[in-house]
Amino acid sequence: MSILEVEHISKYFGKTEVLKDICFTLEENQVLSIIGSSGSGKTTLLRCLNFLERPDSGLIRVAGNVVYDSDMMKNMSESVIRKNRLHFGLVFQSFNLFPQYTAIENVMLARQLQAKKEPDYKKNKAAINEGIRKEAEDLLNRMGLSERMNNYPHQLSGGQCQRVAIARALALKPDILCFDEPTSALDPELTGEVLKVIKGLAEQKMTMIIVTHEMSFARDVSDQVIFMDDGYVLEYGTPDEVFGNPKMERTRQFLGNYN
Amino acid sequence: METFMEQLPIVVDSLNVGFLQTLKLFFVTLIGALPLGLIISFGTRSKIAPIRIILKLFIWVIRGTPLMIQLLIIYYFPGLVWKNPIWGGGEIGRFTAASVAFIINYACYFSEIFRGGIISIPVGQDEAGLVLGMTGRQIFFKVKLLQMIKRILPPISNEILTLVKDTSLARIIALQEIIWAGQAFMKGSQGISGAIWPLFFTAVYYLVCNGLLTLLLGGIEKKLEYFR
Repeated sequence: MSILEVEHISKYFGKTEVLKDICFTLEENQVLSIIGSSGSGKTTLLRCLNFLERPDSGLIRVAGNVVYDSDMMKNMSESVIRKNRLHFGLVFQSFNLFPQYTAIENVMLARQLQAKKEPDYKKNKAAINEGIRKEAEDLLNRMGLSERMNNYPHQLSGGQCQRVAIARALALKPDILCFDEPTSALDPELTGEVLKVIKGLAEQKMTMIIVTHEMSFARDVSDQVIFMDDGYVLEYGTPDEVFGNPKMERTRQFLGNYN
Repeated sequence: METFMEQLPIVVDSLNVGFLQTLKLFFVTLIGALPLGLIISFGTRSKIAPIRIILKLFIWVIRGTPLMIQLLIIYYFPGLVWKNPIWGGGEIGRFTAASVAFIINYACYFSEIFRGGIISIPVGQDEAGLVLGMTGRQIFFKVKLLQMIKRILPPISNEILTLVKDTSLARIIALQEIIWAGQAFMKGSQGISGAIWPLFFTAVYYLVCNGLLTLLLGGIEKKLEYFR
C-alpha cells in the first residue's frame, strides 16, 4: 500500500485555480521531488498536504487512512486536523525557527507541549523531559550541530538554521517529511551542507517530498519526480523519464533553462 | 511666617501623602489596563464583525476625546443623570471613578500597541507552530508573546511614562494626588500660603519616579536582547 495517496486535489485562490486535479502516490521510503517554475503551484501543493491551505476538492490518504476529504472537511474539528497534520513534517524556505529559543529548545518545544498532555506526565516528568532532550541531542548530532545546540538562531548561519529546522521537524517523527525550497534562501556553499543532510535522510530511507529548484540534486536523490506547470502535473515519473526523456515540450523548455 | 526650614517637613509630609495616591492610581491603572488592552486587541481581530466594529468605535471615541472629559463624565454622570451617585462622595469614591476612567482610557491605547505587536510577527511563526501540531493558544503563549513583548516595549514604555504624569488629571475630580497636595500651599494650608515652591517639589517627585521607571524598562529591554 502506498504511504501517501493524493486524489484529484484542486485549489482556488479567489477565482484563480492554482491546483488543477492533482493526483499522485508515494511509496514508503521513497523520495518525490516536485519541480517547476515559480507560481506553478508546487508550494501550494505542499502547503495543502500540511493543511496550511485547505484544498477545495480532493482526497488525501496516509497509509490507507483518509486524512483529508474536501466533502467532510466542514465537520473536521481543529483537533482532528492537528492530529492528521502530524503525519507530515514541513521544512520552510525561510526556516521559521523560534528566535527566543536555542537550537535544542526549538527541537524540543513541540514534543514537550505534547508530553504535558499525556496522563502520566506529572509522575514521570523528569524522565520524560530527559528522554525528549536525549532525542533532540541525537537529532542535532545527526545534523552535525553538536557544537551549536545552545546557540540562538541569530547566532547561526542560514545552513545551520535550516538543519535545526530539519531536526525540529524530525523530532515529531512524521511519516512524510516535506521540504519547501529548503535551499532557496541560502548561498551555494550553505546549500551544499543542507542538501548533504537531506541526501543522508534519503539514504536512511526517510519518506520525503521535496519542492526544489536544484535540478541535479532532484535527479540524484529522487525516486519519483513531478513537473508542475500552471497548476497541472505535466510530468510524473522516475528521474530518468522526466529529466532524460520528458514527454511535453513545456518540460523540455523548462529544463533547458538549467543546462 | 515660618521659615523655609520649618515649612519643609510639613510640605514634604503632605506631598508624600499625595504622591502615594498618585502611585496607587498609577499601579491600579497599569494592572487593569494591560490585560484589558490585550483582550480588546484580540477583540479588534475577532472573526465576528459586530465585536470588531463596536470595539473600533469605542477605541475611536476614547482616543479621540480628552481623558479629562472622560474623568468628569464617569465621575459625575451616575449622580447627575441617573440620580444614583454610585461612586460615593469620599476620597475612595473619587479614586474608584478615576481608576475606571484611567483603565478604560489606557486599555484602548495599549490595545492598539498590542495589535501592532501581534501583526508585526511574521506569519511563518504561526505556520511553523501549526505544522508542529501546536494549538493556537500554545503558539500565542509559547512562540509569539515574548517576541511581541520585545517589539512593543519601546511604545509601551512611552505610555507608562505618560501615565505617571497623566494621573495628575484626576485632580479635576478633586482626587488628592500630589499636585493637589502641592497646590494646597498656594491657597493656604497648614499655616502655609502663597507658596509656589511646593509645586516645583512635585515636579521632582515625577522626575525621580520616571527616572527609576526608565531604568527599569531599559533593563527589561536589555534582558530581551538575547534574541532577535
